[in-house]
Amino acid sequence: MTRPLDPPKRKDPLKKTRQPLYPQPVRSRTAQGLTAAAALGRFELQKCLDCNAVIYPPRDACPKCLSARVPFVPVHNGGQVLAETTIHTSTDPYFRERTPWRAGLTKLDVGPVVLSHLHGDVREGARVRLDLKLDKGGAPVMIALPDQETPHMADDPQLREMTCDPKFRRALITDGRGAVGQAMAKAFSEAGSTIVFVGIADPWKPFPGQDALGKIPRVEIVALDVTDSESVSEQAEQIGGRVDIIVNTADYVRPGGIMQRHGLTVAREEMDVRYFGLMRLAQAFGPGMRARGADGANSAAAFVNLLSVHALMNWPQYGGYSAAEAAALSAAQCLRAELRPGGVKVLNVFFGPLETEWFQTVPPPKVAPAALARAVVQALQRGQEELFIGDVAQDICARLAVNPKAIERELG
Amino acid sequence: MAYDGIVACAPVTVPYRRFSINTAHWWIGRALHDLTHAAGVSPADIDGLILSSFTLAPDTAVGVTQHLGLTPRWLDHAPFGGASGIVGLRRAARAVQSGDAQLVACVAGDTNHVDSFRKTLTTFSRFAQDAVYPYGSGGANASFALITKNYMNLYGATREDFGKLCVAQRDNARAIPFAMMKKPLTLDEYMSARPISDPLHLFDCVMPCAGAEAFLVCSENVARSLNVPFVRILATIERHNAFPDDPIQYRGGWAMDVDELWQMAGVTTSDVGLLETYDDYPVIVAMQFEDLGFCGKGEGPDFIRGHSFTVDGSFPHNTSGGQLSTGQAGAAGGYLGLTEAMRQLTGRPIGHAVKDAKIAAVSGFGMINYDRGLSSGAAVLARAS
Amino acid sequence: MAADLVAFARAVTQGAIRVIDLTQTLSQEFPTIVLPPEFGQCAPFRIEEVSRYDERGPAWYWNNITLGEHTGTHFDAPVHWISGKDLPNNAVDTIEPRNFVAPASVIDCSRECAGNPDFELTVPFVEAWEAKHGRIAPGDWVLLRTDWSKLPYPQYAGMRDDGAHTPGPTPGAVKWLVEQRDVHGFGTETIGTDYGQAQHFNPPYPAHFYMHGKGRFGLQCLTNLDKLPPKGAVIVAAPLKIKNGSGSPLRVLALIEEAA
Repeated sequence: MTRPLDPPKRKDPLKKTRQPLYPQPVRSRTAQGLTAAAALGRFELQKCLDCNAVIYPPRDACPKCLSARVPFVPVHNGGQVLAETTIHTSTDPYFRERTPWRAGLTKLDVGPVVLSHLHGDVREGARVRLDLKLDKGGAPVMIALPDQETPHMADDPQLREMTCDPKFRRALITDGRGAVGQAMAKAFSEAGSTIVFVGIADPWKPFPGQDALGKIPRVEIVALDVTDSESVSEQAEQIGGRVDIIVNTADYVRPGGIMQRHGLTVAREEMDVRYFGLMRLAQAFGPGMRARGADGANSAAAFVNLLSVHALMNWPQYGGYSAAEAAALSAAQCLRAELRPGGVKVLNVFFGPLETEWFQTVPPPKVAPAALARAVVQALQRGQEELFIGDVAQDICARLAVNPKAIERELG
Repeated sequence: MAYDGIVACAPVTVPYRRFSINTAHWWIGRALHDLTHAAGVSPADIDGLILSSFTLAPDTAVGVTQHLGLTPRWLDHAPFGGASGIVGLRRAARAVQSGDAQLVACVAGDTNHVDSFRKTLTTFSRFAQDAVYPYGSGGANASFALITKNYMNLYGATREDFGKLCVAQRDNARAIPFAMMKKPLTLDEYMSARPISDPLHLFDCVMPCAGAEAFLVCSENVARSLNVPFVRILATIERHNAFPDDPIQYRGGWAMDVDELWQMAGVTTSDVGLLETYDDYPVIVAMQFEDLGFCGKGEGPDFIRGHSFTVDGSFPHNTSGGQLSTGQAGAAGGYLGLTEAMRQLTGRPIGHAVKDAKIAAVSGFGMINYDRGLSSGAAVLARAS
Repeated sequence: MAADLVAFARAVTQGAIRVIDLTQTLSQEFPTIVLPPEFGQCAPFRIEEVSRYDERGPAWYWNNITLGEHTGTHFDAPVHWISGKDLPNNAVDTIEPRNFVAPASVIDCSRECAGNPDFELTVPFVEAWEAKHGRIAPGDWVLLRTDWSKLPYPQYAGMRDDGAHTPGPTPGAVKWLVEQRDVHGFGTETIGTDYGQAQHFNPPYPAHFYMHGKGRFGLQCLTNLDKLPPKGAVIVAAPLKIKNGSGSPLRVLALIEEAA
């Protein structure tokens, strides 16, 4: 049984903050197929399309029949641990300060033998399920988890190195004026965050849900306007050192395309909230988070971007919105590279229309804010880097892989 | 096809150092220099070269020819790690036999800078990079810990069994001046050493160091004309990626080729006066006892319990102390058994002599790529007269 | 004449004439007018540092700012409203500059407004004021003192689910001020010159409709009106010369003679 995580103690101000390190992140190009699966929280290995052999480690030809048709596909992740070892001596600085570290060989039911990290509740000979995760360096790794849920299993120190669990972490929800921000605050509070800072812009404007928001346990309302550099940097000066997870809920949804829209006022606001807003948060909070990536159980862990799936393919009915979302996505990708040295993940969450005011005229399926919030928490608990939530987002994701032109024509 | 009339001679060892400020090129240069002196030849007389090194980057054997002023007509680069010595001997013997070269230098040398071991590990192989190093970066220790654990589970080997091998080798090493570890080792000390990667503890692991080993391969006639003592090559085998479907390595490639080895050699295991195994970890030694036919599969632990393994004991094994005591000088570790066997068979050991040694078996093992060592080889050598 | 002007300037410098700043500081937090979100919005004040004696400019400090024409303390030109769109010289760049200096009548309704954000300025109220302080002269700014500028932002903006609740003039009062008193313009402490619920008036937004329809001006987000006498202050309010601008943030100054 995993020992439940203790609430982190207050920091000793005389102690140096441990600098972030990460395991060797270099992978072969083929092995990046594992990165793609791990980012989405999927378990995929290469499978030979000609002889059906499941292949690991990643290869460029099937070792059974030399076929080059060896794509990554979802495979069953069950197996048995053949042998385990506890590493006491490591040449790598990251592991050196984390030894003893357990690793083992698992024979997967589908064939290959996989060297993986071992969850603390896994023993030699046991049935396990292998999970693909991204480690502190953002590189794909396998971890053998107990076949069945065990008590407090998410608190396992090796596993927690690969997840961004909100438990005992302090979250900043950047905009609590809307339904999404409020649902997020509730979900983080329920997930065990020690403080849920919720940013409110223009506090002189009342907003629906204001009273309920303030009553959520551990919610602390702070003044924050992502369109105001000074507001963002002032807030970072105050709480930046205590923010472990940022969820940027500041959105700006307006219908309308590019050509038909009269002027740039709305487009500027879209960009100001979505693109510049992200940049302001990154500049104000990013460096502090990157420096605190290894700061104990409540180390800085994740920067969450909520993005329309139309960042990936423009939806002309909401064309300006889609373009701003695309800009935010691109910035998020850059931020991911910038935060990676600190072991801080960037989780990009893609969704279709939401069950909110601005998508009032859009027919279902739509994503309810509460469902979005739950999915975000779960993706953080699993350590994902990408999340497609809801039927529309998943549909577009799947179709993009097949024929982007088809979506382009059908959306427009 | 046998190696009639082909011999190996002039074993040289450039004394090991824990860390070196020199490059691999320097160590290889020293080895070649010593080789020419040992054989009384000039560098221009060496018309064949096979070279093994982990720390030569960005060069290969090709660059080394110009670096060291050699003009060979036959050249090979043999990145086989612990199997390099056997592979080098094998390739060279065939080259001489076929007439492609007359005097082939077989050389392995590596430097060991502070931190060069870690760097070698991170870039050891693509599979290591993708699927091993990120899992705790325990290096070969962690990989062999798993193989050891599995072997213990399968065949009931104990830490004491492995300890016995290590202690015996330490005894053998005490007479070797350049051995990294010459202090006597007791089984208690072995058992209570600090854990490295369970079940491996400190004395199960070799110490990386800098060093070089080399010998010459030529025809008996050439050896005689140079007036250098030589040994005959009775047989060799080589195998890579054997038994890929074994979930964990419990046997090496020797098991595939062992019959051919003894058949070609025309001798049996009972004729062997000394055995030099590749001892990166004691578990691999046990596998070699089994896979080379000195005992049956799974009988390694009993075999260990039945012998003493010292130079003067019931089964002389790793008579210069092996890598576990001498140190692992990179690819030169794969040459250690060969140069020692050649010295014993020509009556010129550095340490103590094995009495009446006429036949020696030497094996090599190398290149843990993902979860197992991929390359294995063995040779049977005989005293010339 | 020239001597009078210099004497005036001396009086200002030496304090015999006091300069009262009626301007709110341009800051990001200051409320701006709120329209339903499907309409275009007035940009709030934003400031971005260009450099501050650093690698972006080693010896100098400066900022870029963004804001709307109607952000912070600002001036409304007649072209701002549809009723004034066809008037001559109706934009901030074409208004005759002499219009930027004018005397003020300051109507104090701060007592009536206290606790009553829905206070309406009516003709009888103005007439009562005139009975006390004298008739509003043609060409006077009429400034409505409500002390609203002293309220915290939420009360200041007065936003409720049915819109803003802030004091302002009735349609009758505005019409009367323009037609019967020929005023120069109308100025308030609140975010707009109009009553908070003025969209429900007929016509909606009468302060805009009537004032600008007759080529008069507006000033809003004023402060320090409590420091002005009911009569006798001179207002200096010169908007930026924005090409075809509908209004402009500006510094509004009041000159008052120090009571002897």
